[in-house]
Amino acid sequence: MIWLAWRQFRATAALTAAALGVLAAVLAVSRTALVEQYAQGIAACAQGGDCERFLDRFFDEHQTPFLGVTAAALVLPALIGLFWGAPLITRELEAGTHLLVWSQSITRTRWLAVKLALLGGAAAMAGGLGSLAVSWWAASLDRAAVDFPLMGPLVFGGRGVAPIGYAAFAFALGVTAGMLVRRPQPAMAVTLVLFTSVQIAMPLLVRPHLLPPSRATFELSPGNVDQLLRGHDGALAVAVDTRVPGDPGAWTLSSRITGPPGAGVLGVPGLAPEDGTHVPVAAASGPCSLQAQPDGPPERSRDTCLDELNRLGYRQDVTYHPSSRFWPLQWYETGIYTALALGLMGLCLWLVRRRQF
Amino acid sequence: MTAVLQAQDLGKKYGRRWALRDCTIELPAGHVVGLVGPNGAGKTTLLKLACGQLAPTSGRITVLGGPPGGQAQLTRVGFVAQDTPTYTGLTVAEHLRLGARLNPGWDAALARERIERIGLDPGRRAGRLSGGERAQLALTVGLAKRPELLVLDEPVAALDPLARREFLRGLMEATAEHELSVLLSSHLVSDLERTCDYLIVLVDSQVRLAGEVDELLATHHRLTGPRRDPDRLPADQHVVSARHTDRQSTFIVRAGGPILDPAWTVGRLTMEDLVLAYMEQAAPAARRSRPALAVVR
Repeated sequence: MIWLAWRQFRATAALTAAALGVLAAVLAVSRTALVEQYAQGIAACAQGGDCERFLDRFFDEHQTPFLGVTAAALVLPALIGLFWGAPLITRELEAGTHLLVWSQSITRTRWLAVKLALLGGAAAMAGGLGSLAVSWWAASLDRAAVDFPLMGPLVFGGRGVAPIGYAAFAFALGVTAGMLVRRPQPAMAVTLVLFTSVQIAMPLLVRPHLLPPSRATFELSPGNVDQLLRGHDGALAVAVDTRVPGDPGAWTLSSRITGPPGAGVLGVPGLAPEDGTHVPVAAASGPCSLQAQPDGPPERSRDTCLDELNRLGYRQDVTYHPSSRFWPLQWYETGIYTALALGLMGLCLWLVRRRQF
Repeated sequence: MTAVLQAQDLGKKYGRRWALRDCTIELPAGHVVGLVGPNGAGKTTLLKLACGQLAPTSGRITVLGGPPGGQAQLTRVGFVAQDTPTYTGLTVAEHLRLGARLNPGWDAALARERIERIGLDPGRRAGRLSGGERAQLALTVGLAKRPELLVLDEPVAALDPLARREFLRGLMEATAEHELSVLLSSHLVSDLERTCDYLIVLVDSQVRLAGEVDELLATHHRLTGPRRDPDRLPADQHVVSARHTDRQSTFIVRAGGPILDPAWTVGRLTMEDLVLAYMEQAAPAARRSRPALAVVR
């Protein structure tokens, strides 16, 4: 049976291996220049002191390939579900060959179990290799990608070991959909919709709660304050950044301004708390007034205002997953998806025995 | 002789529709059994039940002394499905390899010899074979498994007359050589006439007739004579079909003994006559409801 399963899978496997090989080769070639530029830039800025500016520029320069490669890592499991999983059963049903193979001296359960084990293992391997190549290529960019933190929903799913679980799950989902829908194209459509939904639901609903999030308060500084808005009525609004100071790879779940006890901190109508908060500090006079900035560069006046806010007890309050949790969360997620994949495979084995074809 | 297949009140329902109902048959071993009936009569359902591809909704079925579909039964029953499916991407040789890998009792010599005799190129992909060649390949895989019962579902339906004859001849030769029982379905009686010695007529998901062909032909007669009401025939003559003109009646009857009434001209039936008579019987409900006028005309 292993021979037959491999014989039927051979062409697909070769195609996938070739595609992964090309991807890996392209990444390997372009990585050399990337690593060199990064090493030189860091060495230079370590002496000059302004590494932030270098990292910003470095990332801006390579943003398009970075996003493209990350997208490829995210899409790979879906492709496996669509083109390995969904046709596995439906193609047999369409050609009637399931009747040929099921009338040999082998039970359907065993036939399917061998296929699921072989292709499921291959799917996990393909997902793992794809992610390995991408993670290896993007390692230096991940350190510079402040707007796309490593722990954030977009990048996290395209790095590390989680794609192994995604690929196995997508494959099992495709097979299950094929078994229930029975026709190749509809099964592919169902697989795509379900897999995408799960991949969106995971970072929104599940991943934040896998580990209890960290919580910290930070003094306000130009590094974490995005905007200071002075209204004409003398009100002051502060918008804080969603970055966690000192941990650019962290995944911020919430970030807001908290005031000293007793001070009312109000949301600005039409804005999320992260985007701006009214701070009851007089902007008509004092360090935060418009008149308090005649001398010196514009940054100066902001600093005096921020100093005043800090003195009054205003802080940035952040809940987040620090980047030190990358691997624990990766393993949790891999485990969850692997369990889901095994569950679906079990369902398939039950269905193939109980359903009529 | 033991039965290869026994069914007791066997029924299969798809949703609300019965595909097969109240099927009670017993097929003795060593026969080539023809299963005939119009399209959609439930032939495929019965065959799939026999080889364990479907589970019955009601009743019981045993094949070679056990429930079909189990590991033991799988090795002993061969199945060539409708339209003789093969893997288009696999070569002829790979199909034989598939058979060898998946069947403990695989007869490699038989398979090789059959492929050679038919003249199939082992390196050719099954997708590029003609319909007849593909059917022969599927039959080879089915035979080389060395089953005790080989089930074939409309194997020749899509073939041209020549390929049809060659396929059936090949099947007959193998049957004689390996002493296997065969259960074969077709909606064309002519296919079965040459090959079968046992007949099952299945109409509207019910078995109308089952028995050895010789015996069936010996006990069924065509009676032609002056017009007469069917009720006035002797009690041991069961009327299968009746046709009347103004003066004449033609009956097809199943009789326990010889026909003695000198008023009748007794004619022999062919298998086709017999099958058609039983198939027509399916319609009487519709015909009876029509006004009597139509019959008299």
